[in-house]
Amino acid sequence: MRDRMKKIKNMNKNTKSNLITYGIVIVAFLVMQTLISTGSISSLLEGLMVPLCIYIILAVSLNLVVGILGELSLGHAGFMCAGAFSSAFFSKCMKDVIENGTLRFILALLIGIAVAAVFGIIIGIPVLRLKGDYLAIVTLAFGEIIKNLVNVVFIGKDANGFHFSTKDVMDLNMELDGEVIVNGPQGITGTPQDSTFFIGVVLILITLFIVINLVNSRDGRAIMAIRDNRIAAESVGINITKYKLMAFTISAALAGGAGVLYAHNLSTLTANTNNFGYNMSINILVFVVLGGIGNIRGSMIAAVILTLLPEMLRGLSDYRMLIYAIVLILMMLFNWAPKSIEWREKYLSFGKKKKEAVK
Amino acid sequence: MSFISYLINGLSLGSVYAIIALGYTMVYGIAKMLNFAHGDIIMVGAYIALMSMTQAGLPPFAAVLAAVVGCTVLGVLIERIAYKPLRNASSSLAVLITAIGVSYLLQNLALLIFGANTQTFSSVIEWKGVTLADGAMSISGVTIVTIVVCIIIMAVLVTFVQKSKPGQAMRAVSEDKGAAQLMGINVNGTIALTFAIGSALAAVAGVLLCSAYPSLTPYTGAMPGIKAFVAAVFGGIGSIQGAFIGGLLLGIIEILGRAYISSQMADALVFAVLIIVLLVKPTGILGKQIQEKV
Repeated sequence: MRDRMKKIKNMNKNTKSNLITYGIVIVAFLVMQTLISTGSISSLLEGLMVPLCIYIILAVSLNLVVGILGELSLGHAGFMCAGAFSSAFFSKCMKDVIENGTLRFILALLIGIAVAAVFGIIIGIPVLRLKGDYLAIVTLAFGEIIKNLVNVVFIGKDANGFHFSTKDVMDLNMELDGEVIVNGPQGITGTPQDSTFFIGVVLILITLFIVINLVNSRDGRAIMAIRDNRIAAESVGINITKYKLMAFTISAALAGGAGVLYAHNLSTLTANTNNFGYNMSINILVFVVLGGIGNIRGSMIAAVILTLLPEMLRGLSDYRMLIYAIVLILMMLFNWAPKSIEWREKYLSFGKKKKEAVK
Repeated sequence: MSFISYLINGLSLGSVYAIIALGYTMVYGIAKMLNFAHGDIIMVGAYIALMSMTQAGLPPFAAVLAAVVGCTVLGVLIERIAYKPLRNASSSLAVLITAIGVSYLLQNLALLIFGANTQTFSSVIEWKGVTLADGAMSISGVTIVTIVVCIIIMAVLVTFVQKSKPGQAMRAVSEDKGAAQLMGINVNGTIALTFAIGSALAAVAGVLLCSAYPSLTPYTGAMPGIKAFVAAVFGGIGSIQGAFIGGLLLGIIEILGRAYISSQMADALVFAVLIIVLLVKPTGILGKQIQEKV
């Protein structure tokens, strides 16, 4: 017993903080699960649990690119889109083949993650040659292209196999018994709803595990060295392209995982500006910046608060998004303005810790 | 014949993008920030013009003037309240997110005031346009006016930035804020002036855009805003001529792509061209290559 106490005492400060992060997730899950099973929260809030998990995963994974790698990415929703559609496609095809929901979901998850990772590599190689705002706009462009492409794809299946078209359903030339799987702008309907709050939390824990371990590894330190000073990192022999691509791809893959969760939470999957377009990418970025760039726990908390805020303001109906916008601006000013930081250091104790500069 | 008329329509849409992109690029050049709320100022400008015409019964010319004045005031106010406190923040992302917040704010204010319904914008240009080649091709008045207005704005702006005192101050501030201040330039004033000009241009663009595509919702400005942002980067962000060229090219690519390839893929095509351009020339068509120092 004493040994164990000693161990905890001697534990690295980082490790302790990371365990707290995992702990928060698990405790939050247990509390919410109890509340749900005793029926003490509204069904509205209950329905919000899986989206909350999705946003947390997206925020943590984007933080890897924005906070740890130090590059601004505005196309994060594109990877989510790739993961969502590939996995939904798989699940719909396999709905009758694989009866076991869990097994099917795990396979779908792996496929979604793999597809998103491939997109991450394909997009990362050209994009990471660029710098700063140019990189940001190209990631935005790729995100929009992915969303647009999904909207013009028609895939159907009949006795002769798969049919593919970019025009319309008629162009698929299917047999009469054929089934349309991907219906262009109407997307994919009838995906099995396999996502649960539990799976979402497990995915959050996996995401946290991957990101936190990466950050504290040799590779992670190399990535942060690139962020802090690219030229210095290069001069000590760090392979810039390799590590940048590594961070970017892992981030894309995790976003793909969030996409899988998203796809299996809804019965109809369509791609529009609000779920897979730049609006979504920007929303995720808001979580990351508000939670503190590079701060994993911060992005989780910001994701939760900013997702729940509009719901809690639902009573104010028309005014809720307005209030959301005002709160966002005020929080940004309070958190980041040099004058406000100065004031906080002077009068409030919790403002003592100085923010680390990322750029 | 149809190719030429597509080309002219593309030029017209491109002119609108160019006018918006000018605002983006000037603000970026001087404040080094991506003003995500710029697109929504377009929407506000269009609403002001529409309301001045339908509610207040002003003639089109006065309505445009009202929109320009309204947006200028709005732009300066936004800069003063939301962006200025963050000018020296430790991360450049802070002001970017605040700009996104302002964008949400404007959209939701418009939603509250004007409702979510699409309003039909009555064109400010009553001229029917010209018919060429015995009626085989007709060019609408809006199209011609848009292109002409864009060229005038471009010429005036280049002259202003190159020749006038405030224009020189702008260039100095964009080059080096600290040094400009030491030379006695009012940096805050210059930045406010840039926002004022950018917002005034956005109002003009909003009126022209809605005259050509007469449906107005609180989200009207978002997509043109993003496209103009792309145009500004395309031409080399920070460069006025670049924004002009980028805007025109983007408009032409979009209209031709919509006509000949696929109407749904037009946006993807625009973005694809942007990616290719940036991969070949990482700082845009007219962008300056800045050498990194160790």
